[in-house]
Amino acid sequence: MTISIDSKDSNTKSLQPKGWLRYFSFSLDHKVIGIQYLICGFLFYLIGGTLASAIRIELASPMSDFMPRDVYNQVLTLHGTIMIFLWIVPVVNGAFGNYLIPFYVGARDMAFPRLNAVAFWLIPPSGLMLVASYFVEGAAQAGWTAYPPLSITTPQSGQIIWIMSVLLLGGSSIFGGINFIATIIKLRRPGLKLMQLPMYCWAMLGTSLLVVLSTPVLAGTLILLSFDIVAHTGFFNPVLGGNVVVYQHLFWFYSHPAVYIMVLPAFGLVSEILPVHSRKPLFGYTTMVFSIMGIVVLGLVVWAHHMFTSGTPPWMRLFFTIATAFIAVPTGIKFFNWVATLWGGKISINSAMLFSCGFIINFVFGGITGVALAQVPFDIHVHDTYFVVAHFHYIVYGGTVFIIFSSIYHWFPKVTGKLMNEKLGILHFAITFIGFNLCFAPQHWLGLNGMPRRVAEYDPQFQFVNQISSVGALLMAISTIPFLVNIFLSIKNGKDSGDNPWNALTPEWLTSSPPPVENWEGEAPLVEEPYGYGNPISQEN
Amino acid sequence: MTTLDSSKEIKNNKSEASEHHEDFRMFGLITFLIADGMTFAGFFAAYLTYKAVNPLPDGAIYELELPIPTLNTILLLVSSATFHKAGKALLKNKNSDTQKWLIVTALLGITFLICQLFEYFNLPFGLTDNLFASTFYALTGFHGLHVTLGTLMILIISWQTRPKEGRITNQNMFPLEAVELYWHFVDGIWVILFIILYLL
Repeated sequence: MTISIDSKDSNTKSLQPKGWLRYFSFSLDHKVIGIQYLICGFLFYLIGGTLASAIRIELASPMSDFMPRDVYNQVLTLHGTIMIFLWIVPVVNGAFGNYLIPFYVGARDMAFPRLNAVAFWLIPPSGLMLVASYFVEGAAQAGWTAYPPLSITTPQSGQIIWIMSVLLLGGSSIFGGINFIATIIKLRRPGLKLMQLPMYCWAMLGTSLLVVLSTPVLAGTLILLSFDIVAHTGFFNPVLGGNVVVYQHLFWFYSHPAVYIMVLPAFGLVSEILPVHSRKPLFGYTTMVFSIMGIVVLGLVVWAHHMFTSGTPPWMRLFFTIATAFIAVPTGIKFFNWVATLWGGKISINSAMLFSCGFIINFVFGGITGVALAQVPFDIHVHDTYFVVAHFHYIVYGGTVFIIFSSIYHWFPKVTGKLMNEKLGILHFAITFIGFNLCFAPQHWLGLNGMPRRVAEYDPQFQFVNQISSVGALLMAISTIPFLVNIFLSIKNGKDSGDNPWNALTPEWLTSSPPPVENWEGEAPLVEEPYGYGNPISQEN
Repeated sequence: MTTLDSSKEIKNNKSEASEHHEDFRMFGLITFLIADGMTFAGFFAAYLTYKAVNPLPDGAIYELELPIPTLNTILLLVSSATFHKAGKALLKNKNSDTQKWLIVTALLGITFLICQLFEYFNLPFGLTDNLFASTFYALTGFHGLHVTLGTLMILIISWQTRPKEGRITNQNMFPLEAVELYWHFVDGIWVILFIILYLL
């Protein structure tokens, strides 16, 4: 495999490292940065996954015998923060966005390549800071939400390092968002209309709008929180006349959209993968676009449904319940569009397709529990129980992480020019799917029966179901092994894939695999019908 | 590592093949300012909520004197006008005039900061006295940080517009336009802050 970055410029002396070494350089190439995001994110996923396993080992028995209670709180805080800010957000936005968006808009790079590199290189140091915060005295133990007064009554160095790290990661995310908006709106190839863009562009446009509008509010909130810890102000400290509910409002103003920041790009990616492997056009392109934009608008006005038990006044409960229920409409439209895309298609059962179908199943289940949680009476019953944990993981793991794997199987030939091993891929899917559902489905029952989340010890009557859940978590941990083996084997001696192994029509496949440095040998192709499958003219191409 | 330079080299070598696109740095800056504005929006929302639902303890002082902030408002509004003058002068290729107007703008910014500090030292409350005091300092302090950064940037671009050798010219106006937009943004935020914090 020759993916030497300067193959075309072999005459000019270039200092750019070649081969895999370039992934360790301060490159400005959007493809290199995309892969850097992916690998960096995956390393943090392994750390976060180890912490998750530790949590499940602890919960296999009702007493806190595997680790002390405060360590348990620190571990779950670190698990949540790493998985959200260092794995899901950077990978599903940064990695795939950087790799694919310039192809999709017919450009040679992102709008601001330097800003792009800055956005990525903020991540490894702040990630290390976050991990380091665990080892200093008083590691953060207030959960990824860092609710005061918990986060300010244990005001020690770990929590401050945690805040600094999240601030930097938020900055990285904002820079990325600005870059995506500028690339999609301004850098489109001449002649390419907005309504001809592949769906992932729309998803990233919507996501980036949410990032730009909501992440700064989190930054401001965390600055105020750090004032409370360092300078002993009383913004969120009731003892000093402060108000904890203000923190919750500001925090969820970011963190509810953050759920869409994590899942909208996955919606986009699955909309790219399904048409290719079922050889059918994406069903309902226009409704998909409007659903994404509908989710963006509604996603900004539903945050207080996380706060129904925080003394929220009735009018607010009513408004946020209705707004949340409305989100089910665009989301449902997307779900039915995916099913309709599959319907009657010539489906190939491969790893990418299996993970995408797994996504649809898990996501609709997580969506249904989400609608249930938006109803005040039900929410008050299960608030802060394992039901919420189950719902959340069905969305972010069953939804987004499944799509991350699906996308890796789908675009691996693009990046390396090699095919991945299908048998190992299907094994990976089977273990992940079974392990995931075994781990999280029983937690719905636990939550409904009143097992609280974020507590190391629980009523012994829940032990058996918790052990089932822990076995599922173990399977999920094991499922990483066939995946890693597959990646390394395929890079080393995978079968040659050719330029377009899936006969796909989206623009990234219309160049060589792996692509040249500036994406196209000549002019970027004008793809007016990225989903023109089944159309005899497109088939010839 | 010298990767940045070498990849730029590659880009330049290929400039024949790559189509030229319009300059969208301003678009990126506007997007960034929207994000920055959202941070202030969060602070304002917090302040207004506190004002509505969190009564201050008895005897807490929250009356603010108006003369200095009013003077500051005028200073910033005038500085927006002088910055605009600087841009106009550059359009007419009068670099030394641009430089003069920029320095006037920077001086207005510095005066603003001095007045702000003077106000801080003469206020009857400190950062941790009560919720109002904390929010007051956080809001004005965060804005003051923006003014400080803006003043530094104005000083830098006024150096860069020096006649003959400066890199900002009639042909390359972006740095000046970018800082100008940022400065107007900071002024606009101050006006909102002045209304919400001092007048309401």
